[in-house]
Parts: sequence; structure tokens; C-alpha cells
Amino acid sequence: MSCKVEIKFTLNGRPEKAIVPVDLNLLAMLRDMFDLKGAKYACGEGECGACTVIVDKLSVNSCLTFAVDCDGREVRTVEGLRATDKLHPMQRAFVDHGAIQCGFCMPGMIMQATHLSDTSPGLTRDGLKRGLEGNVCRCTGYTKVLDAVSDAMNTEGVDQ
Amino acid sequence: MMASQSKATKNAIDDYLAPATLSDALGALEDGEATILAGGTDLMVQTQSGRVGYKQRLVNIRRIDELRGISEHGGRICIGALVTITELLNNTLVAEKVPVLAAMADKFASNQIRNVATVGGNICNASPAGDSIPPFLVLDADVELACLRDGKAATRSVPITEFFTGPGRTVRASNELVTGISFAVPQAGFIARFIKSGPRPALEISAVSMALGGVVENDVFRSVSLSFGSVAPTAMRARKAETFLTGKKLDDETIRAAVETALEEVSPIDDVRASIWYRRHLVGVYLRRLVADVVQG
Ligand SMILES: Cc1cc2nc3c(=O)[nH]c(=O)nc-3n(C[C@H](O)[C@H](O)[C@H](O)COP(=O)(O)OP(=O)(O)OC[C@H]3O[C@@H](n4cnc5c(N)ncnc54)[C@H](O)[C@@H]3O)c2cc1C
Repeated sequence: MSCKVEIKFTLNGRPEKAIVPVDLNLLAMLRDMFDLKGAKYACGEGECGACTVIVDKLSVNSCLTFAVDCDGREVRTVEGLRATDKLHPMQRAFVDHGAIQCGFCMPGMIMQATHLSDTSPGLTRDGLKRGLEGNVCRCTGYTKVLDAVSDAMNTEGVDQ
Repeated sequence: MMASQSKATKNAIDDYLAPATLSDALGALEDGEATILAGGTDLMVQTQSGRVGYKQRLVNIRRIDELRGISEHGGRICIGALVTITELLNNTLVAEKVPVLAAMADKFASNQIRNVATVGGNICNASPAGDSIPPFLVLDADVELACLRDGKAATRSVPITEFFTGPGRTVRASNELVTGISFAVPQAGFIARFIKSGPRPALEISAVSMALGGVVENDVFRSVSLSFGSVAPTAMRARKAETFLTGKKLDDETIRAAVETALEEVSPIDDVRASIWYRRHLVGVYLRRLVADVVQG
């Protein structure tokens, strides 16, 4: 067993503490220690994006992030997107466009889309496709996802 | 201290440090018994699959500001070890002076990986398919290393052509930290291009990658530098093909002969990504494409 370290960080706006083995990944910490099951374990190797969360304003694969490295950082998961009782506009757009499929990959998609919307507001539809390259939908329901994200970001232009 | 090709000695980590300064980090590495953590995108995958084990101490270098930033002084550009691939993609100095690095970054993994993957990690991981390596080879870059010697920081620069000794192996000693990579600002007129194989624009580990740089004057190619990834145990410069191309007019016959020369220099393997035959085929296709690209300017 690896040694454990205490970390302090902000989780969805609230200060938190945790004692974590130094080789633990952030995804396991979120799911097993904080009961936040939105981020999913799927490939475990950064290929599929189902575990995407935002750390210090950047989207990351939580399966590849060392939990200890979140010490002093700000972690945001899909559970922290909505303010009070209203869905976040990105969540709202996914619901309105029926961009759901089986649902498994959507928390990661929504977090990556939120990151794109926060950091690259002027993206074209092709730019959005590139931005979502790291997210795989196992049901292959990409068109509605693109429609939802384009709508939420007021993207110009049509699909090519 | 000997070069660090030591297999991991154990899988449980006894000690964790996240130093905030370079000198503290060098202290934490002094006994050579530490695994270095940067972005962790290689380290997490390799340790969880059991391919690589941890040493007894994990040293997280991500809190060290001295390892960040891209700067230019004295005619050289320095890229800190902790610069991420996303930063390369968005940096104005890179866009202006070495756009080939931004072009490479655009083909690298996915947005999520680029946000954390570092230049230092890409180099130290020493994969023959590491995407930043062919462009750095073409730029004649030096890898900057530091360690503690007799209680004082000691540094050395190693030409990147001499840094790699095999897949996953480098001349970095186990007490050394890579602090960055530096290269001369390319001369006026220098053009460089990068290409990597794969049907998708991203998330591909390339079966072949290639970078070509040089100056085209009156149709004649000068200061040619050419590098390949994934066709030998380490990324490599193709010196014979470079010499062949230098001073030549870039017509079809020259390019055909240059491809033949290049094929004598490579030693690709068959693996899950591509066969030897296909890799050799791609070397020809890509060299033709890059030469055409460079000629067009
Ligand atoms: C899904 C996925 C896709 C990928 N796609 C690509 C791709 O398209 N192209 C590509 O080239 N790579 C790719 N990679 C590999 C990886 O992301 C890169 O090699 C990345 O640059 C590694 O950087 P890091 O900061 O994450 O390194 P880490 O994982 O932190 O470290 C990698 C290795 O280098 C050592 N190290 C790190 N920094 C230093 C330093 N400063 N001094 C000494 N040693 C150090 C570590 O101890 C470790 O052995 C991919 C990986 C994944 C998981």
C-alpha cells in the first residue's frame, strides 16, 4: 500500500479535505470517497472522456489525474454545474436536443462542452467537433450532441 | 550516478513530495530513488497497467514555477519542462517563430490530454512515437538537465539527438530533472513542417511521424533537417537523406532518390499499429508530401 497524504481542495465550490493514497486517481476519489457518480470509469486510459471533469478551469481526464495533485486546486464535476434548482445552460441544451442516448457518456461530454464554452466561445461547428474529439459516445449519438453544444454556444455555420 | 534505466523497484510509494522550488526538487531527487510526476498522462497509464512500477518516493514537480513558461533570450527560445501541449498550441511566440510546434500540438491527443500533458513528460517518456520529438530534432534542440552535486545545483545541456538511447530510455541520470528544452531561433526563411499518420485528426499514436525543415532559395533546398518518429527504436534524424537533399533542386527525380536514401536509414518494426511494409510505404508518401509543402512555403 502506498502512503497516504491529506489534501485540501475546492469541490464544486465547497472547501473539502481528503486523505488519499498518493497513487489514487481523481476519478476513484470522486466516485468512492465523495459519492459523486457523474464522472464515469470506462476506458481508464484517457481515450474516451467519460471521466472528464474541470480542474482549475481546464478539462481533464480524471482517470489520469493524481488525486494528490488536486491539493489546493478547484475541482468541478457535473454535479456542481447547476445553480440551485436550475440546470446549467449546457445541461439544458442537452435535454432540449435529446442529446442523451443511454446517458453513460453524457456527463463527460457536458463537462468538456462546458470547458469549450468557457474557454473558446467563438468556436465554429468544426472547431466544436475537434474540441469534442476526446469524448466517445458508445451509442454513437454525436449529431444531437453537436446540435446541443452548438445551440448552447450560439455557434455559426453548418455541418460539413 | 548511472543513467536511469533501472526498472521500477516496487509498486508501493513510501513518500510523497510536491516541492515548490527547483532546488527543493533537486534535493528530493538526489538519491535517485524517486519517480517524477508531471502531467501524469503517461505515468498513470503505465503504472496502472503494471508496465512500470514506482520508485519509493513520488516527486510531483507541478508546483515549480521555474519550470513553466516559453521565453526568448540571446537568440534562443526556451520552453520550460512543465509547458503543456495546450500552451504550445496557443502561445504567440511559438506561433510566430516556430509554428511547426503548434502544428504538432494540434495533432496531439485530445483537448483533455493536451491540457495536462507536458513537453518535459513527452521527452522523458522517450517513446519512439512521441510527437514533440521529431520537431525538436529538426530544430536542433538541447535538453536542459539539472541535479544536485556536492549540495549545489549543476546543469548540463544534451543535444536531443544524443538524449534517447532506446524505447523509453534516455541518458537522464536518476538524480536529474529535465528543466526544459531550448533551441536557436530559426533563421529567416526557415520553414518546417510536421506530419503524423492516422485516420483521425487526434488521439492517434502515430505509425510514422516526420518533420522536415530548411530554407528554399531559388528552388534550391538549404540547411535541410529531416527527422522520423516510429521507424526506429528512437526518433531519429535522417542524416543521409538530409545530405542528399541539401543544395539540390527539388524536382521529382531528387525526391525519388531522397526517399530511397531515407529508406536505407530506417529500421521499422511490425506491431499492432502497422507492418514494416506499411511504415516504409508511409516514409515515402510523407517525405514527398512534406517536400511539396516546404517548397510551397
Ligand atoms: C489517451 C492518450 C493519448 C495520447 N496521445 C499522445 C499523442 O498524440 N502524442 C504523443 O506524443 N503522446 C501522446 N500521449 C502520451 C502522453 O500524453 C505524452 O507523452 C505526454 O506529453 C506526457 O507528459 P506528462 O506531463 O503527462 O508526463 P508524465 O506522465 O507525468 O511523465 C512521463 C514520464 O516522464 C518522466 N518525467 C516527466 N517530467 C519529467 C521531467 N521534467 N524530468 C524528468 N523526468 C520527467 C516521468 O517520471 C515519467 O516517466 C497520449 C497519452 C494518452 C493517455
